[in-house]
Amino acid sequence: MRRARTLARQAGRPVVDLARNHSTVSVERATLRLAGLSGADHENVPWVNHLVDAVRADVGLEHGVTMPVWDALERGVASDLLTLAQKAAAGGVGFRIPQKGAATTVRRRSRSAVARGIRTIDAQRRNRERLIARHGNPPRTPWIYLIVATGDILEDIPQAQAAAREGADVIAVIRSTGQSLLDFVPEGATREGYAGTYATQENFRLMRAALDETSKELGRYIRLTNYASGLCMPEIAALAGLERLDMMLNDSMYGILFRDINPIRTFVDQRFSRQVHARAGIIINTGEDNYLTTADAVEAAHTVTVSQLLNEYFAKEAGLEDWQLGLGHAFEIDPSLKDSFRLELAHALLARQLFPDAPLKWMPPTKHMTGDIFRGYLLDGFFNLVGAMTGQGILLVGMMTEAVVTPWLSDRDLALQNVRYVMDAAGGLVEDFHPPRDGLVQTRARQVLHEAVNLLEQIVSHRDSSGHPPLLAAIADGTFGAMKRPPEKGKGLDGVFRKAPGYDNPAIELLETGATR
Amino acid sequence: MSAATSTGRPTKADEPVTGPHGGQTLETETLPGPLVRPYGDTTGDGMVQVSFTLPLPHDKRAEAAAVRLAQAMGMDPALLVHAKAVGPDFTFFILYGSVRHLVDLREIEVAEREYELLSAKEVNQAIRKHLRRKLVVVGACIGTDAHTVGIDAILNIKGFAGEKGLEYYREMSVHNLGAQVLIPDLVESAKELKADAVLISQVVTQRDAHIHNTTAMSAAFREAFPEGQVPHLIVGGPRFEEGSAAALGVDRVFGRGTTPAEVASYLVHALVHAPERAPDHAPERARDRARSAGRGRTARGRTAGSKGKK
Repeated sequence: MRRARTLARQAGRPVVDLARNHSTVSVERATLRLAGLSGADHENVPWVNHLVDAVRADVGLEHGVTMPVWDALERGVASDLLTLAQKAAAGGVGFRIPQKGAATTVRRRSRSAVARGIRTIDAQRRNRERLIARHGNPPRTPWIYLIVATGDILEDIPQAQAAAREGADVIAVIRSTGQSLLDFVPEGATREGYAGTYATQENFRLMRAALDETSKELGRYIRLTNYASGLCMPEIAALAGLERLDMMLNDSMYGILFRDINPIRTFVDQRFSRQVHARAGIIINTGEDNYLTTADAVEAAHTVTVSQLLNEYFAKEAGLEDWQLGLGHAFEIDPSLKDSFRLELAHALLARQLFPDAPLKWMPPTKHMTGDIFRGYLLDGFFNLVGAMTGQGILLVGMMTEAVVTPWLSDRDLALQNVRYVMDAAGGLVEDFHPPRDGLVQTRARQVLHEAVNLLEQIVSHRDSSGHPPLLAAIADGTFGAMKRPPEKGKGLDGVFRKAPGYDNPAIELLETGATR
Repeated sequence: MSAATSTGRPTKADEPVTGPHGGQTLETETLPGPLVRPYGDTTGDGMVQVSFTLPLPHDKRAEAAAVRLAQAMGMDPALLVHAKAVGPDFTFFILYGSVRHLVDLREIEVAEREYELLSAKEVNQAIRKHLRRKLVVVGACIGTDAHTVGIDAILNIKGFAGEKGLEYYREMSVHNLGAQVLIPDLVESAKELKADAVLISQVVTQRDAHIHNTTAMSAAFREAFPEGQVPHLIVGGPRFEEGSAAALGVDRVFGRGTTPAEVASYLVHALVHAPERAPDHAPERARDRARSAGRGRTARGRTAGSKGKK
């Protein structure tokens, strides 16, 4: 295990260095959002996009967006950020990089503006702690995690409240599938989404307020989850912190592999978003389930372990603590395979033993849900049983209608009955379940760990001709999920830039030092 | 069943014809005829189960409403076996009952697989021999759809249900563009790669996204390519209706459970052999078979049917 962690660190560190040397348009926009700039023009283009684009076109972003922006404010070009963004959108503002003495004043001003946003995040974290103290945590683990996905926030709210009343501890509002590739965060309460609801600041606020009401009614703090992924990961993370979301899906490599987002963009955005999550007391959920849905769950079992180790390294480097690491894994082994249940137990147990203090997120079968809802219900029962026996922290509730329809009210109710039955009947098995060292479960767990170490060794020793960090070279070569993602390609590449000497970003400073002013 | 037949596994395609009894132990008048009804535990009993939720609090009135609904659906008698409140405003029901409806198999037309199922070796041979170059396949999930499970199952070497994907076929050059590919980018790639066939996968069906995306895609291709040079357009997904290819503007639709070998065999049929083949007789043949199967059992079928309510 120690060897595995050392290798993960070796693989991750050069990528962190790379992330430190770069910034992205989304990191800069997130910084402006923390300084209080919000809203959009009549065509729904957010003001943060206008302002960042205008600065970029004029003087570039290599010194950070805050220097030229607060320089303009200091010069009296506009009275506040919003007016400046509006003027800049109309094309009437000339930006410059302030020098020497002027730069010092500008730095102080921008830092004080951004610090207000950071203090709001701090206050929201304290609010959460207060509400948990008042209403209480769920009475047992795993926490029951349910998904809502109507596309319409006003429809989501009653569904989420109903789900909480039926026993859900965590509500995840799935995002519209198009959103990860949008290079802006939509505005306002939205009622149009495909297979999910857009993540917007207003949607976050509405849902959190509704769940606060429900928490009070139920005497149990209901957590809210959304997705910090895709091209706007840093901004969404900032909004989540400001609006007191409690968990965020945030994976270090998911966007690269499954959304073809540029690797450097992803690692830069990911680091900033995780720093925000760390500050906000948000639990991240990683997406290792995806490796198993696109590859064979037995053959690819070790890729889950490798991804968990990398996610852990990147998370801790960004300041997250063990209790904030909802590392993912899933029940996706072909049920027709002999001993499939024992293998699932082995994989789940390995994750538990590798990360004893992390609230692991256990995800239900999807790939082998065939439409036979009766068989699916049984499979979900076995999934729940593995969760109970291996002490998982967060249990995403499986639906027997997976791959058939978006869950009906009754599907959700039946699924929760399934969870409750298994947890009541067998939840205590975690105390009794100590498989013998020479049995199949332990042997398999050791084998997977061994394969994971081998893969990490292979990654660390990876070299390419252009001298990229080994992990990037490995990603480019299709080491993960057989998808080749070179660092010079992928969506969002044009939003990545190298920091110049003298680059300033008060948000990163405040996040890294823990300062509040 | 229609989904299974569209994917063309011969054993499954034959099932609706022989009926749920599978043709054994049917020496008496119980042999299913052209008229069939559901089978619970006795021939002709017409038993079905349904479950649904009504937006009513659980009480006597809600239960009566559930029975009334089942009756309106043709279940008579309808037996309410389970009712459970789902929160204060909804009730979930399970009902069993006999339906009075009959299905006349003579009216059923089944589109049967119009191509021969080939092994990987045969596919490669056919391409090498007749096309004399690699067959270029471009695949993607388009629009907002991010579910690459389908396209990956067909294209990735890993494959699906124990069958290797198209990347495994030596004579195919496969380009999987992944998820959320914009239609203009797809058209561009297809041009650049000189695609013979374009496969798109659509899983998300909310607000008919799969239909809109597919028609937009086919329109874009027809606009971008001169007539007769449009790549063969194939769409796959669990919710496409069989026979909707023309309406969608594509050449072929594949449904749930389609395997890579079926797609490969179809591609050979459509793109390698098509020019030298007479127009397709397969659908007619299927219809004939369904008819003759029906005819052979007409008499006994009627007997079973006449036991019913009508």
